[in-house]
Amino acid sequence: MADAPGRPIPAPLVNPETAPFWAAAREGRFLIKGCTACGRSHWYPRAICPHCFSDRTEWRASTGLATIYSVSVMKRAPQVYAIAYVTLDDGPTMMTNIVDCDFDRLAIGDRVRVTFKPAEDGTPYPQFRPA
Amino acid sequence: MSIKGKAYVMGAFEHPTRLAKDKSVAQLHAESALGALRDAGLTRDDVDGYFCAGDAPGLGPLAMADYMNLRLRHLDSTDLGGSSYIAHVSHAAQAIALGKCSIALITLAGRPRSEGHSGAVPRLRGADAPDTQWEFPTGVATVNAYAMCAARHMHQYGTTSEQLAWIKVAASHHAQHNPRAMLRDVVTVEEVVSSPVIATPLHRLDCCVVSDGGGALVVTSPEVAKSLARPRVKILGAGESMKGQSGGDVDLTYSAAVRSGPAAFAEAGLTPSDVKYVSLYDSFTITVLIQLEDLGFCEKGRGGAFVSDGALISGVGRLPFNTDGGGLCNNHPANRGGITKVVEAVRQLRGEAHSRVQVKNCDVALAHGTGGMLGSRHGSATVILGRE
Repeated sequence: MADAPGRPIPAPLVNPETAPFWAAAREGRFLIKGCTACGRSHWYPRAICPHCFSDRTEWRASTGLATIYSVSVMKRAPQVYAIAYVTLDDGPTMMTNIVDCDFDRLAIGDRVRVTFKPAEDGTPYPQFRPA
Repeated sequence: MSIKGKAYVMGAFEHPTRLAKDKSVAQLHAESALGALRDAGLTRDDVDGYFCAGDAPGLGPLAMADYMNLRLRHLDSTDLGGSSYIAHVSHAAQAIALGKCSIALITLAGRPRSEGHSGAVPRLRGADAPDTQWEFPTGVATVNAYAMCAARHMHQYGTTSEQLAWIKVAASHHAQHNPRAMLRDVVTVEEVVSSPVIATPLHRLDCCVVSDGGGALVVTSPEVAKSLARPRVKILGAGESMKGQSGGDVDLTYSAAVRSGPAAFAEAGLTPSDVKYVSLYDSFTITVLIQLEDLGFCEKGRGGAFVSDGALISGVGRLPFNTDGGGLCNNHPANRGGITKVVEAVRQLRGEAHSRVQVKNCDVALAHGTGGMLGSRHGSATVILGRE
């Protein structure tokens, strides 16, 4: 529930390829990768486009708005949490968590919006909350 | 070039243990190897090819090959998670067909039960994997990754928890005849759907067991096979593939079996209607349902209706599956069930399954594995075997 203490989020293991994402996240900006060769966006972010295999990829600002593609609420855990795939309005579908919500009312098709929550090392980690 | 008829499964062994607190993983591999070689009527010194996957301790195949003091001319440690050992049967047949070896040993073993593993607890599998920084922090475990597939299948096709439960019910009907099965009580649909929810929409009884154990297979050339006393199980066809997130084009309702299955059927020159018995990977009930659809036993989206009303129970339904009780009730050694899928298919083709579950005139069997995680990225391997 909204006021319950959240599940501790393991710190993401950042590497040079993805450092710009996490730098933007610290400024509250949610970036995805897109490709100037084929025009498509992808997730998770890569230097080489997984759609057309071009190296002409760039970081793009996402609207952060998405729709739940699938969701599962983990009941057998110290703190109940929801894992989901959400389809970004920008195109790609990504694995994430749904937070700040009533877990029993989550449904496929729900509209959600990105929110950054601090991981255990303080890194802002992208999750989604009801829009 | 085809592997059809180029190799035979002549030895198959399922380690009897389900809890091995007093044994090492290497020991379980070697005991399984010994069991399969004895079953075939061969010895360690006959082995010239060795296959294992990530459950084998040490670097690739090296530590286990050295532990067993094998003299080899072919090694392969392809790792497709729990489906590895089904791919190994195919790879062994390929190597034998090319003359790279003539007696191939495949082993699997592990003790996740002794070590306290749970499919509900997230485990870091490779800090350097490119997906890890994005996905491990979500708390993706095993059960909730598969649960998302079930949730989407339900949403898209109207599949119900009761339909999924029929898969566990069928496995339990088989397990009651297996004295080594961890769960031998026959369960009802009502009992499955009223068991505690682990990760919505999957219940405790939608999940496989966590067991220690192991298994091994011996695959030989036709010449060696003909020299042995055991019934010959011919490798007719095989296929393998993988499926991931396709750069964000995620579709959780199908698996890479849509590629491995047709490849295996094409090589065998057979269709799903020719198959008398199936061993299907049953990490969770949803795994079985999606594989049945993808392998062509029913239309996509119709798996729920297909499995209902005992359709998978031997002697009762249209397609007997996992007659040893499967991972759902019997055994899921090393959290990688692929080898037990081949072992039970071999028992069926030899006529050596328990009499209460033996499929009559079982001349063609299919074994299929899904390894890794259906909900993120997984390998699929299919093998079609025939009685000679």
